[in-house]
Amino acid sequence: MPKRGKSPIQGELLQGTLDLLILKTLALGAAHGHTIAYAIEHRSEEVLQVEHGSLYPALHRLEDRGWISSFWGTSENNRRARYYRLTPAGKKQLTAQTNRWDEIVRAVNRILRPA
Amino acid sequence: MSWSRFLRRSRWDDERARELDAHLAIETDDNLARGMSPGEARDAARRKLGNATLVREEIYQMNTLTLVDGAWRDLKYGARLLRVNPAFAVVAILSLALGVGANAAIFQLLDAVRIRTLPVKNAEELVEIRIADPNGGRTGQFSGRRPSLTNPLWEQVRERQQVFSEAFVWASPAFDLTTGGEARSALGLWVSGDFFNGLGVPALIGRTLTSADDRRGCAAPPAVLSYGFWQREYAGSPSAIGRSIMLDGHSFDIVGVTPASFFGVEVGRSFDVAVPLCAEPLSRGPLTLMERKDGWFLGAIGRLKPGVTLDQARAQLASISAPTFQATLPSYRPEDAKHYLEFKLGAYPAGTGISQLRRQYESPLWLLLATTGLVLLIACANLANLMLARATAREREIAVRLAIGASRWRIVRQLLAESLLIAAIGSAAGAVLAQWLSRFMVGFLTTENNRIFVALTLDWRIFAFTAALGVLTCLIFGLVPAIRATSLAPGAAMKAGSRGSTDTRERFGMRRALVVAQVALSLVLLVGALLFVRSLRNLMTLDAGFRQDGILVVSMDLRHAGVPDDRRVALFADVNAKIGAVPGVTSAAQAMIVPVSGSGWNEYIVIDGKKYSDHVNFNAVSDGYFRTMGTPLLAGRDFDGREWPGAEKAAIVTELFAHKFFAGQDPIGKVFQVDEPPDRPKTIARIVGVVRDTKYTDLREEFTPLVFFAVSQNQHPDPFLQVVLRSSAPLATITSAVTSVVTQANSNIIVQFQTLPSMVRDSLMRERLMATLSGFFGALAGLIATIGLYGVMSYTVARRRNEIGIRMALGAGRRDVVRMVMREAGVLLIAGVLVGTALAIAAARTASTLLFGLHPGDPATLALAAGGLGLVAMLASYLPALRASRLEPTEALREE
Repeated sequence: MPKRGKSPIQGELLQGTLDLLILKTLALGAAHGHTIAYAIEHRSEEVLQVEHGSLYPALHRLEDRGWISSFWGTSENNRRARYYRLTPAGKKQLTAQTNRWDEIVRAVNRILRPA
Repeated sequence: MSWSRFLRRSRWDDERARELDAHLAIETDDNLARGMSPGEARDAARRKLGNATLVREEIYQMNTLTLVDGAWRDLKYGARLLRVNPAFAVVAILSLALGVGANAAIFQLLDAVRIRTLPVKNAEELVEIRIADPNGGRTGQFSGRRPSLTNPLWEQVRERQQVFSEAFVWASPAFDLTTGGEARSALGLWVSGDFFNGLGVPALIGRTLTSADDRRGCAAPPAVLSYGFWQREYAGSPSAIGRSIMLDGHSFDIVGVTPASFFGVEVGRSFDVAVPLCAEPLSRGPLTLMERKDGWFLGAIGRLKPGVTLDQARAQLASISAPTFQATLPSYRPEDAKHYLEFKLGAYPAGTGISQLRRQYESPLWLLLATTGLVLLIACANLANLMLARATAREREIAVRLAIGASRWRIVRQLLAESLLIAAIGSAAGAVLAQWLSRFMVGFLTTENNRIFVALTLDWRIFAFTAALGVLTCLIFGLVPAIRATSLAPGAAMKAGSRGSTDTRERFGMRRALVVAQVALSLVLLVGALLFVRSLRNLMTLDAGFRQDGILVVSMDLRHAGVPDDRRVALFADVNAKIGAVPGVTSAAQAMIVPVSGSGWNEYIVIDGKKYSDHVNFNAVSDGYFRTMGTPLLAGRDFDGREWPGAEKAAIVTELFAHKFFAGQDPIGKVFQVDEPPDRPKTIARIVGVVRDTKYTDLREEFTPLVFFAVSQNQHPDPFLQVVLRSSAPLATITSAVTSVVTQANSNIIVQFQTLPSMVRDSLMRERLMATLSGFFGALAGLIATIGLYGVMSYTVARRRNEIGIRMALGAGRRDVVRMVMREAGVLLIAGVLVGTALAIAAARTASTLLFGLHPGDPATLALAAGGLGLVAMLASYLPALRASRLEPTEALREE
């Protein structure tokens, strides 16, 4: 069974990060998996390379927690695709996780570059 | 994660597959747009996505309750293994089912007969009122199933008692629903006014009887139907209320129906119709016992007042005893009167009801429960053996699975699932079997004249207990070897499984012990079974002094025939003659008492003014009775028609009577008197003949001195006639011919038929029940033990293939191999038989009262049981021995 509650930061930093990035991407509007993957790559200026396969378990997990919901729609090039959108709970979660991310970055920075 | 998603996880999986396909399609489109060739485009898209199956699996896992899913898979696997090995499955499940089922069934009966309280309000407050320890005996007329009190006595008790909030009496007559022709009877209840009120039983519809209904001399009394009778006779129609019903030729108004759960106060008998006690004279007419101080026919129950204890009730009843008995003294002989005045009333807990069945069947039922307990033990031992064998045989498989990475818990869990599966199926089958078996037993005990009613409900506690025992056995013996196997290093286990050429003693000791225990226990059961079967056979084949085959008993009720007292003797003789003239009837004679019917008549006799204290039994018959019954006349003559009412009383006596009272003399022509109360004359009877001893009320009793008078010399017989006839014609032909000649003589005579062999069989019900059931369980136990022995021997042979191969290669002959295996089986068998014999001798003592013509430790029975079991068991071990001897040494050695 998937682990619930706040994921620990250590070790699973990347997974947590991926969740945050997906939420942020969907905050701009509904999108299907393919779009999300490319959006992350594009917006990180190709620094973050998402392995497309790992995207789907993450989407499933987020939906399972009720932060995003899904529906079938038609893609730009006329393909049936599963679209995801942010739920109100997801929006709150995005804010909370963004804050937490900022905290962590600040904390790490304080250690790496002491003033 | 939700259950719905768990249950629909395969649909979810499909959806993911489509989603991933869509992703690939979009990416491929993009790649094409980037100018790749179609093949390149798809490959690149796949590379980018990664392993799609892995992704789906990851999501599938997220949707799964792993434990449930795993358990389900384990169960499926277990079921498949059972299907692959049906012999194991069938034996394991059957032995568990039989063990559980038999126990639950017997307990169910015992519970119904002995333990459960009556389905009435606060049953624990009910106490039975009867004479405590009536030593010296009561004399007079006894009738019914619980003849505790006379009506005059009851009226005294009712007036004087102060400890019961309600007290009531009842009697259980059989009512006739017809007014002529072949009888159709209903189980009746005469109840005093407070019966329903005192028990706290409300009416289902209409009303029950109240004290207002029970007024002396009631002419058109009300009747209450039982639920069962209402359903049977009136199809459960509410319109039955207000209709009338004919009982013994009198009309009763139906006023109500009792609830389905209520069967009266007697466990083992239900009722059809209840009427007030005041209706007794309507049925019995001039023979009514209501006013008779020596007419014992009532059972009495009281409900303790709140706060009154049983001891207080006893004390109060004791204190009113003297005036009560003083006021109701019958015209007894002085010594009987002395006893009567010394009687004390007692109070006995009656919360579980009153029961004849209980007295008769309580100890057989406990014995049967012990028997089925042993069957369960044997079944568990067998199960243990099977599970051990199975788990041991799979040690290697387990080792392999451990070696390729299965977790220990995973393997244990799977074995657990398999054990549970067997246990569950076995227990479920046991529950079904229990219902079937207990119904079979009740059906077995029910006869035409004794409809047995037992409220059967499956006791979940006992079922759970026995099932749990089975489950535990499965688990312990299925798991212990598994756990041991999994705790070995896989390499060691694999080595042990394949290379060992002989078996280790240590691991095998447990199975040997189990087989010895099985043999011993099943010998105990076999000995018990044989004892009961031989008791029954002794009873069936003993010389009763008459030939029962071909005898038909015709019972006639002439209460409504409208024949005056003084013309009855002539009518009886006429009907008797007409029945004798029916084609196919060899001979027919009247008999007041038919042997083994359970009724009796005894008196003391006086010879030359000396009163003898021996009980002498009496009967009244017509001439031709001895010829009909096949009882040889040893001296003197049969009755010959000279026995006129006014003439000197003629008597035919049995050998034992002659021997006891006229030892060494010629009894013919000797006289004796029947002792009578002081106010009646003692008539002189002269012995005219001597016949062979015959059994009287019961086949089990010793012969007793017996006197036959001539029916023709009884001037005022009761309006009941019994004729015994001998015929070899088909039963149905005779009964219809007899019915028609009787109704021709008088259309208001009610006729009932019974064959003497069936009466004899019914009188041996308990013996037959014990013989049948213990025989069944004994055979079953023997079979299970034999299977156990066979299993162990086959297994030994299989484990020792290498060893046997080596022996044969070194020159052992096939016979040596057979002998070796048989010797091993023989040791187990002898150990089991020795232990079993000792146990059987100890156990059989508890059954000694149920045996007839046998000692509990009867050596022939012991030898027969041990020999039979030994023979079958040796045969069962001969098969594996033979198999071992047919082994090709080269093949056996080449294997691995």
